[in-house]
Amino acid sequence: MGNGTRLGRVRGLGSSHHGSGHWLQQRLTALGNILLVGFLFVSLMRLPLADHGAVLRWASNPTVALALILMLVSVFWHLRLGLQVMIEDYVHGEATRLLALVVLNFYAIGGAAYGIFAIVRIALAPAALGPGGM
Amino acid sequence: MAGNEPNARPRSPHLQVYKWTPAMAVSIFHRVSGDGLAIVGACMFLWWLGALAAGPEAYAAFIACVWHDPDAGTAHQVTNILGKIVLIGLTWAFFQHLFSGLRHFVLDAGAGYELKTNKLWSTLVFVGALFATAATWLYILQGTFNG
Repeated sequence: MGNGTRLGRVRGLGSSHHGSGHWLQQRLTALGNILLVGFLFVSLMRLPLADHGAVLRWASNPTVALALILMLVSVFWHLRLGLQVMIEDYVHGEATRLLALVVLNFYAIGGAAYGIFAIVRIALAPAALGPGGM
Repeated sequence: MAGNEPNARPRSPHLQVYKWTPAMAVSIFHRVSGDGLAIVGACMFLWWLGALAAGPEAYAAFIACVWHDPDAGTAHQVTNILGKIVLIGLTWAFFQHLFSGLRHFVLDAGAGYELKTNKLWSTLVFVGALFATAATWLYILQGTFNG
């Protein structure tokens, strides 16, 4: 086996056709964040946040619950992309960087799953049992 | 690198040696505010959401720790102050990242690169973020004092 053609040797290096995907996903989730975090911000400003019952009624509304789930997906995907770039820029050493990226993925996917599960618990909690009755 | 190049040549982008201008400051603060929101902001939100799902006692414990405890011990007096500092910081980071992100959308479209325009909008991102943070907290605290 030779070393292949010049094209063959560089194929898969460089952007590997992933760079523009990363860039585009960051913009698309940014757009989602503007709408969904904007909705959360306005809601938090208007809610009596110390009142558990009132906040729970708000969060268990199907439209609100859906918006919150979409927000968690958009936010955690966006922060995964952003923190990935930060790690790639500042964490040197292959092993440390790989470890940091693994931890980042655990954090992003685990955090989003935790949040989505919390919303599902709130939205699907049997009303008869009252708040937190599961 | 050798130390004998003319000073006007571009230098490598390390914060310690980079000349601070509005455009580079808004860029580094985009990263700082984004990382802050990604770690502190997301964890605070999940903590709040988990407490909300866990029931009235857990939610009351969250409020008592972060915001206000009617019969506050010393520990909660400290965490109440820390909680407000963190929340004010997150509010600023949110607006800074939001306005800076909107600026990025304009730059992505290929607009706003003229030196004066770029400097103006970079400065306005900082002004806008501070103004929006101040307005938000005036609104919150005014509600706290009146209610």
